[in-house]
Amino acid sequence: MRHVYGWLLLTPAAILLVAFTHYPAAATFIDSFFSTGTAVRPSRFVGFANYASLADDPIFWQVLSNNFWFALGTIPTAIALALVMALWVNDRLPARALVRMAYFTPTVLPMIAVANIWLFFYTPQIGLLDQVGAMFGVPSRNWLGDPDSVLASTMAMVVWKEAGFFMIFYLAALQSLPPELEEAAKIEGASRWYFFWRVTFPLLMPTTLFVLVNATINSFKLVDHLFILTKGGPDNASSLLLYYIYQVAFSYFDTAYASTLTVVLLALLAGFAVLQFLLIEKRVHYR
Amino acid sequence: MRWLFAVLLAALCLATTPARAATELTFYYPIAVGGPLTKVIDGYARQFEKEYPDIKVNPIYAGNYDDARIKALAALKAGQSAPLSVLFSIDIYELLEQDAIVAWDDLATTADDKAWLKAFYPALMANGTYKGKVYGIPFQRSTIVLYWNKEAFKEAGLDPEKPPANWNEMSQMAAKLVKKDASGNVSRWGVMVPSTGYAYWMFQAFARQNGHDLMNREGNATNYAHADVIDALQYWRDLGAKHKVMPEGTVEWGTLRQAFTEGKTAMMWHTTGNLTAVKDSAKFPFGVAMLPASKQRGSPTGGGNFYIFKKTTPEERKAALAFVKWMTAPERAADWSIATGYVATRPDAYATPKLKEYAAGFPQAVVARDQFEFATPELSTFQTGRVRKLLDDAIQASLTGQKTPAEALKAAQQEADRLLKPYR
Amino acid sequence: MTFLRTRIPLLETGAAWLLALLWLAPLAYAFWAAFHPAELATHFKLFAPLTLDNFAKAWTYAPFPRHFLNTIILVTMILSAQFVLCTLAGYAFARFEFAGRDIAFGLVLVQLMVMPEVLIVENYRIMSRLGLVDTILGIGLPYMASAFGIFLLRQTFKTVPRELEDAARVEGCTFIGVLWRVYVPLARPTYLAYGLVSVSYHWNNFLWPLVITNSVETRPLTVGLAIFGAPESGVDWAVISAGTLMAVAPLLVAFLLFQRQFIQSFMQAGIK
Repeated sequence: MRHVYGWLLLTPAAILLVAFTHYPAAATFIDSFFSTGTAVRPSRFVGFANYASLADDPIFWQVLSNNFWFALGTIPTAIALALVMALWVNDRLPARALVRMAYFTPTVLPMIAVANIWLFFYTPQIGLLDQVGAMFGVPSRNWLGDPDSVLASTMAMVVWKEAGFFMIFYLAALQSLPPELEEAAKIEGASRWYFFWRVTFPLLMPTTLFVLVNATINSFKLVDHLFILTKGGPDNASSLLLYYIYQVAFSYFDTAYASTLTVVLLALLAGFAVLQFLLIEKRVHYR
Repeated sequence: MRWLFAVLLAALCLATTPARAATELTFYYPIAVGGPLTKVIDGYARQFEKEYPDIKVNPIYAGNYDDARIKALAALKAGQSAPLSVLFSIDIYELLEQDAIVAWDDLATTADDKAWLKAFYPALMANGTYKGKVYGIPFQRSTIVLYWNKEAFKEAGLDPEKPPANWNEMSQMAAKLVKKDASGNVSRWGVMVPSTGYAYWMFQAFARQNGHDLMNREGNATNYAHADVIDALQYWRDLGAKHKVMPEGTVEWGTLRQAFTEGKTAMMWHTTGNLTAVKDSAKFPFGVAMLPASKQRGSPTGGGNFYIFKKTTPEERKAALAFVKWMTAPERAADWSIATGYVATRPDAYATPKLKEYAAGFPQAVVARDQFEFATPELSTFQTGRVRKLLDDAIQASLTGQKTPAEALKAAQQEADRLLKPYR
Repeated sequence: MTFLRTRIPLLETGAAWLLALLWLAPLAYAFWAAFHPAELATHFKLFAPLTLDNFAKAWTYAPFPRHFLNTIILVTMILSAQFVLCTLAGYAFARFEFAGRDIAFGLVLVQLMVMPEVLIVENYRIMSRLGLVDTILGIGLPYMASAFGIFLLRQTFKTVPRELEDAARVEGCTFIGVLWRVYVPLARPTYLAYGLVSVSYHWNNFLWPLVITNSVETRPLTVGLAIFGAPESGVDWAVISAGTLMAVAPLLVAFLLFQRQFIQSFMQAGIK
């Protein structure tokens, strides 16, 4: 009887999950083997042709590379910053509550809303960064218009958005550490740095891994800012995979190719899921 | 209690049922220039309804051109399209491929209607015509113009009433207009041409001035790699890289107007749709001129046309025709031009007292119209989104020094050929 | 509640404050630009006169009231559905042994990685077939069964002592009754935590609502802001900042007032 009950309770959620997660994922995979249908030419099976186009598409490789650098640039930075923030806010910092609030504020603001403000920051000559730079005699930089600096500029914005959010998880973990550890370390004359590196950090491993997974998923999911800041430019230098998928599907209406791109994205996410499973289940030090 | 509820419900139903069935005309429109223009459109709708009580107009603001196109096509796919829409003039091929629109020639049956179709500037009809039939009626159209800061000109020792007439003059005058501050950093540029947003549109001007169009009238071939076109892109690149009168890298469309009104650049190429906004915020006297010539003058037209969809009933079509004729009547065209800065779409609009008076007090307003003589339709082909992006990317790659103009354009042309071959 | 009571050296304190100021800079700029006339959006003259004009303009340029309403409806709808669905599912996973339970749970967790945003192409098609394009329900439906919610509630329910359930069963409660009378009240902190996380996430969600909505009647604040802020004639920072502040005000005010709870709830959500 409990069996039936169990499934019954699960059913409503299961229906929605299958409908909007599992089924679309499978359908996307299948769609990638067909061509896009228009009113004039219906869709037909094309085998691996879409994947061949994918391999030939320089924009795809550019976008993939961008996403890779983007992940590499934002993930460690955001995590490190979050950890430092948590440590500061956890200690006896003057005006601690205000500082904590300041760090967490970006989390409650929608990315799309603050993108315009960041556009102002990055605007050459009249923007904030250049105005401050001018005070110090630093020449104006075309932050968003120069392919060498555009990706880094978007990364800075994303780190700003995320670090506060991750800080919270570290705060929670720090506050659950037993105080005896620190007292013992003090008695033995260990320095702050030593204590942090040899005791605190390893104990925060579970949190770090959790945050790492979140940050990785976000680095593929966060594309809102591109709509306002650069639209992927210049020449796709700041474009990311999900943004490219959006363009292909909703600006060019090439749904088959968009499905193909999505399959790549799903494969990457699945890869990270497996990695997470292996790491967390096997190597993490749990108390 | 339940009977009371039922009575109220019935009353409500009666209250909302119209006494006489009116034709409802929903139409999507984009606004691409700033300002309280949704109010203006709503005002027109109400005015029209007074003159035509049988038609109810429902304007729906759809965002920018991309949004409007996406919305219209999405609604079409979902089976609930509006009968009428103002869409980007270049969406025509996409709409034709989706078999979504009807030619206005088919609806314009009376002599009066036919005369109306001929009343617009030919330069503006080019984009909306395919195989001899008119699919798009001009509504909010623009060209690119050169804005110049008269105060900056005076300061640099140039005649404030004489804008550059050709490419050489432009680079030379711009060089004089560049101002540097104490530490040698540029505090004012000579000229800025935006290369984000609608880079291809700006480039069409350069190409046209050098004697060439970037696509054919059938919409199935592009002309990106002609030697003169490559030279045109080289000139654009040289402005930043060689003459140093423009910042290197891409120039942001959205912030250029501010840069101009804040005096960070002495000249700018921008859409005439910005005219009212610049007029309202510039604190210095400024001029508006036709773009400088190379082999000839030239500018692409831009903006939105009225399209009528196929999935419409005969009543809706009649109503749509009446509405569009009304919206493009000389008085309305004049009014809309003054409110927005867009060009009035027909010669007789400029003959109305309102626009004559406005142009007398603000002569900058007619420059765009005078440029029609040299106008070329905006870049539009089948698979237009992708084909345009190829050009945008090539332009940005050249301006940022990642590729030479020749490399970038040749690669773009190759890709475009591949995409357009099936349509030949 | 701090355990590491070390004194922070002055240099670090300074650094922490500097970082905090930097972090607040964008919001501070938004306030500056919104309350000063447009010419001052890029100049910082300290004692310039304030104005409410930008708010008035923003209010009329974009249909903010409608967007507010849409967002509130959306967020409330999603949260209510999530509470119901995730409670039922979490209860099933926590307290019932049924064939295939572990596999089912694994499949649920897939959604943590593969969110509706990633599947925009296919989900749009599905909504199209269901006739839900351009509806608020269409925005919310993919999110209603939240793997995160199910996970959290499962963890919480697992910690409820069996004796309480047994006691209730002795008094003649059905399974649902036990759920309602015993488990749900005890999980209140989790519900609060999850609620804040969910509201915050969906208030700020952008990509999927952009894709699925086409009209003012359904668009939430984020999409309205994006459209409002990107006209062809360029960016007007004063008005955009005013619009932005109006859009983020509810969340921001709620955050400022309930700072502790906000942070506590995010922390709670994370620990588990």
